[in-house]
Amino acid sequence: MYRMLRQIAKTGIVTEPAPPADDELRQTGRRLEAAILAHFGRSLAIRHVDAGSCNGCELEIHACNSPYYNLERLGVRFVASPRHADLLLVTGPVSTNMETALRRTYDATPEPKLVVAIGDCGCSGGIFGESYASRGAVSRVLPVDVAVPGCPPRPIAIIQGILTAISGKSAASR
Amino acid sequence: MTHPFTALDIGAQRLPGVLPAWHADVAPAALRTVTAAAKAGGARLVALWGSDETVRGAGFAVHIALACPAGLLWVSGALEREHPRYPGIADLFPAAARMQRAAYDLVGIHHRDSADQRKWLRHGAWPGGTFPLRKTFDGGASFPAGEDRYPFVRVEGEGVHEIGVGPVHAGTIEPGHFRFSIVGEKVLRLEERLGYKHKGVEKRFESLSPEAGARLAGRVSGDSTVAFAWAYCMALEASCGAQPPARAAALRGVALEMERIANHLGDLGYLGNDVALSFGFSQFWRLKEDLLRLNDALFGHRYLMDFVLPGGVAGDLVPGARRRLLDALSTLEEEVETLRTIYEEHAGAQDRFIMTGQIIPELAAELGLCGPAGRASGQAHDLRAELPTAPYADLAVRMAGHIRGDVAARVSVRFEEIAESLRLVRALLAALPEGPLRIALEPLRAGERGCGWVEGWRGDVFIALEAGDAGGLHRVHLRDPSWQNWPALERAVLGNIVPDFPLINKSFNLSYSGHDL
Repeated sequence: MYRMLRQIAKTGIVTEPAPPADDELRQTGRRLEAAILAHFGRSLAIRHVDAGSCNGCELEIHACNSPYYNLERLGVRFVASPRHADLLLVTGPVSTNMETALRRTYDATPEPKLVVAIGDCGCSGGIFGESYASRGAVSRVLPVDVAVPGCPPRPIAIIQGILTAISGKSAASR
Repeated sequence: MTHPFTALDIGAQRLPGVLPAWHADVAPAALRTVTAAAKAGGARLVALWGSDETVRGAGFAVHIALACPAGLLWVSGALEREHPRYPGIADLFPAAARMQRAAYDLVGIHHRDSADQRKWLRHGAWPGGTFPLRKTFDGGASFPAGEDRYPFVRVEGEGVHEIGVGPVHAGTIEPGHFRFSIVGEKVLRLEERLGYKHKGVEKRFESLSPEAGARLAGRVSGDSTVAFAWAYCMALEASCGAQPPARAAALRGVALEMERIANHLGDLGYLGNDVALSFGFSQFWRLKEDLLRLNDALFGHRYLMDFVLPGGVAGDLVPGARRRLLDALSTLEEEVETLRTIYEEHAGAQDRFIMTGQIIPELAAELGLCGPAGRASGQAHDLRAELPTAPYADLAVRMAGHIRGDVAARVSVRFEEIAESLRLVRALLAALPEGPLRIALEPLRAGERGCGWVEGWRGDVFIALEAGDAGGLHRVHLRDPSWQNWPALERAVLGNIVPDFPLINKSFNLSYSGHDL
């Protein structure tokens, strides 16, 4: 126990500041009302769905919970069921074998809900593209609010995407 | 020319390249005898796959790769065009069972006399009776999601019930389905169903140039990007008769060891987390993040994606990198030592680790358990030590090992391997050869073969490559070590309680993407 306390004291707090929202990442105009977003902004529950990634994006999603980024301090936490979730964080490409499961997960998520697509493959299908086994971008299967490019996107970019999805600041539509 | 496979009498030819690898064509009827004889000589199964040879005026082919004491033996059996069938080998090597089912789903070659004839990778993505890796199959075709029926094995008896988990899991992990049959809390049987992430990787290779294939190989399993990219490049370089420069080989070694350290750190963190020692998660993920940032600064990518390229590596170490790397690794070593003591002295963690999810050495040998999980169960196999190619040849890699085969043993092996990888990185940096980073490769000649075999952090990654006409890729088969270890997970959980499954699963940390392709 002594060693553990010593290590904790020695480490201190390593958490870094959170990034601001970035309107460039929006795929659609703000879909949810500001009042709802303000509510989400204080306590957001995320269900992660890996719809066919290479698992690179998952590494960075894990890193978002590491002490440097500490996503949970922003009121954002990962939950075990889509029924508890406000936002689906989806990595892709959407494999054909995962299409049904992804749709069901979306349907099981209560309204109002948001979808953030993660990674080059989630944004466009990436290197896997569209094929007999891949539907490509997440937006081919679900309505996507925010898409975060990168292979894989850095934790800070993923956090930025999540914060953009719940920020009610801009109503700009593309 | 004498060679190690004379006794098999199959006329095995040495393949080009740095790897001690051999190839032989055998009659389908002799496949079993050859495989059985190789097994008797100490061989383990690496991979089994099929290919469509109709464009070459033949039928189909089944290929088996075996890890023999002297090197890799790749045997191919030509199958007829109309009813491509071959004798199954799942009774000799249990790990072949799923490979045979996958080979049927993808190529339509049928394994006779095997008990399990169910589909494996297909689900409902493409219609039964069509086979994506046949040359007549249009890879760009899109089918509506078809009906997917899969007969799981039912366990019957009083009080037995099922828990189905996945493909969407409770944590941030990849998709797969686990069907538990349990009594009370105790697991009677676990049946895995994988293939959810099948995204047509092998078909995609056939439409890429050999050069572009390296990028795709690096995304077969993102956490093993260096191992896969290296194995692919090794196979391609062998097929082209090229050898990467010494400096490139050394830098590939540095990258591979950095990948191993990063993944082991992440796993050790999660293994703490899964026994409610969140301190462990915070500490190890802090160290992992430090390492990823160092990768980013020194190599230009946190996970070293696209660093290994055909003919060499993408870039040199930035000025001052050697010093920075050595300093960072010293700090890391000290911190990991401290954390190891804390883990080992933590009664709560050890109570959960010890005798949980055990695979005894005899079972591990039968299943062909590989990588750190295999070494934790007495399977002393590590390509870096057994068949060292550049840059490992002069490093005398010390293999980690344990015999208890439980979660604690897999934790211990990870700690040992981090320490050894730190030593290897230091040794590589101390004697970094001068010279070019990359050479140009000659175009592939039709029919050339090569294989790549690299000890990644999860186990040995194997890639077999065959060149097609006009410098393209005829067939690329990629075998993640998870193929060997997934079936072992089904055995490791038997008799354990359901709440220990996440811990046992994490202690193996297998790849879904690398398996599903």
